[in-house]
Amino acid sequence: MSHLVLSNVRKSYGAADVIKGVDLSIEQGEFCVFVGPSGCGKSTLLRMISGLEPITGGTISIGGQVVNNIPAADRGLAMVFQSYALYPHMSVRENLSFGLENVRTPKPEIEKKVGEVATMLQISELLDRKPKDLSGGQRQRVAIGRAVVREPSIFLFDEPLSNLDAELRVDMRGEISALHKRLGNTMIYVTHDQVEAMTMADKIAVLRLGLVEQYGAPLEIYNNPANMFIAGFIGSPKMNFLTGEVTGVTAGKISFQPTDGKAIKLDAKRFDVKAGDKVTIGFRPNHLTVGTKAKSDIVVKVRNTEQLGGESFIYTFAADGTPVTIHLNGQTSIEADKDVGIILDQNEFHLFDTNSGVTLKK
Amino acid sequence: MANPVKFLTRTRGNGLGGLHWTDWLSYFYLFCGVLLMFLPVIWLGFSSFKTEADLLRFPPRLLPMAQETIVVDGYDDPLPLYRIKGGEHEGKTLAQIRRIGIIAQMVDPAVPDERLKINIKEREPIESFRLATENYTELFEKFNFGRYLWNSVFITATATIIMLIVNSMAAFALSKYQFKGRTVVLALVIGTLMIPQTVVLVPLFLISKELYLTDSLWGVIIPGAATPTGVFLLRQYMLTIPDEILDAARMDKASEWKIFWRIILPLSAPAIAVLAILAIMWRWNDFLWPLIVLSDSNNFTLQLALNAFQGDLNTQWSNLLAMTMLVLLPIAIVFAFLQKYIATGIASTGGK
Repeated sequence: MSHLVLSNVRKSYGAADVIKGVDLSIEQGEFCVFVGPSGCGKSTLLRMISGLEPITGGTISIGGQVVNNIPAADRGLAMVFQSYALYPHMSVRENLSFGLENVRTPKPEIEKKVGEVATMLQISELLDRKPKDLSGGQRQRVAIGRAVVREPSIFLFDEPLSNLDAELRVDMRGEISALHKRLGNTMIYVTHDQVEAMTMADKIAVLRLGLVEQYGAPLEIYNNPANMFIAGFIGSPKMNFLTGEVTGVTAGKISFQPTDGKAIKLDAKRFDVKAGDKVTIGFRPNHLTVGTKAKSDIVVKVRNTEQLGGESFIYTFAADGTPVTIHLNGQTSIEADKDVGIILDQNEFHLFDTNSGVTLKK
Repeated sequence: MANPVKFLTRTRGNGLGGLHWTDWLSYFYLFCGVLLMFLPVIWLGFSSFKTEADLLRFPPRLLPMAQETIVVDGYDDPLPLYRIKGGEHEGKTLAQIRRIGIIAQMVDPAVPDERLKINIKEREPIESFRLATENYTELFEKFNFGRYLWNSVFITATATIIMLIVNSMAAFALSKYQFKGRTVVLALVIGTLMIPQTVVLVPLFLISKELYLTDSLWGVIIPGAATPTGVFLLRQYMLTIPDEILDAARMDKASEWKIFWRIILPLSAPAIAVLAILAIMWRWNDFLWPLIVLSDSNNFTLQLALNAFQGDLNTQWSNLLAMTMLVLLPIAIVFAFLQKYIATGIASTGGK
């Protein structure tokens, strides 16, 4: 069993608190992604789980056993590093078998396991090469192979795809997901790229400033972000925000007055608001329709447009200067420097408390 | 550098349109450099094959020449040969028995019974190119060369190995571990770099004496085992090895000792090779410290033995030069083998 539980895990370097009390429970076989902006402590948290970084407080338990004082080597984990960290002076074969040699696996067994893993990751023909003779993608496979060959209970990935080019990244994303399905092990994956998080994860933990802001399935987080930070971080392009005030509530409908511009009527039965609340309305670029100026919720000024053929992005400013992005399917005839009116999807918007950033959803 | 000749004769524009004046200039400059560096060695090489007489000859010659000799019936030793260029025997080749003043007693090798008297101005020695290899063979026959060689090799090899082990371990700890007082230790190590060797000579000797290390080879080996230069050089190199590789090895269940042995040492090979060359050169050429510590001539190193050739009244130049040549050889060979590691430079880190 490799049920991983973190309870109130802390880390500080002197006076600086890096991880400020993290509680997480990761089930056996789950693919969990730690995502967050750089400096949020996600890599540190991963290294703490691995045992390479000692923890300052709290407990980490794997399969019911507290591992706080168990050294990295004995936790039964394997890690794939951002820079791959292959042993440059050893061939691929030696890289793969080094870990097995250290646990005194018999030679024939090492050969068998290395062979199997190499076949699985399609690196059989590279076994006698040195890391410097491999391409980025091949090195990545070897690094993953080195983790797989030791048959760990939990895999830890520390931004493994950040050194690859965009195309290869998409391929490797698919391969890591496939590997997870085939092996069924628990995997913890650290990334700053929310696309990787959305596409690969069973569960996402969004971290900020050493705290887990939200933990849940990707779509759950996408649909019900707990606060403005998560709403802005998950989803591409970013969610649009408009600050303002609730001027009146009648029968589930609210009247929202932005800082600048005309008031908007919104169906706000889902939210817990009252007149006079300072709120921020959040809406995703694809939950908008472009209408006429007269019959619209918000009038925005177009800064520029990006036409990708199949879809279009229109970058605009609202009356108070807040940027608003519009995502449209197909091509568009909207031009820069024109004013356009946009209509919000009454079922697909979010309200947040402007001061605390917390969602106002009931 | 597949073709050394092609490499060494490169010119501007690869010789198209003849030699440019900068070609002349650079080759002249390089030739001067080669002369400056190699002439003393070449002179030493030739001189070491000269006989004692040839060495003292004025004006000196570059090539080692020796007078031809012949064995004549009735004389025990081979006699030197002369060509006669005047007088009644002009054109003959005679051997000299002895010389009295300006008259030489000579003999025709074909007629050994007849003694001839020749004015020394009328004869000219017959000389030919000959290597006086006895300069070298005598070293082994008359002097205890093997003993000195063994002492030098033993001291150099042992001291270098001990030094590499001690220094690389210290460098590993100072570069890859975080511990209290690390900066203090490092500052101390670098601090000792500033103290000249001559200042610590006397205290070092007193300590060696207390530890009964004087007049033993270990007395030369141990005091030089840890050098601040070595620790510093290796530490700086080890700092460039990414910590992630060490972390990866730790995840691979490698012990710290195994990480040092299997990861750090192979990856530091270029720096270790540089230090090995330096250490071998330091130990091999070391003179002052062995001179102070060693007193029994059985414990002498080659450098001390060389010094012993130079007596107060008499210096055996031919043997001295031959020995100098032999002393130079090992270090040249070591350099030839290890220099490619210096050129190898920085190992690929295996990262991105």
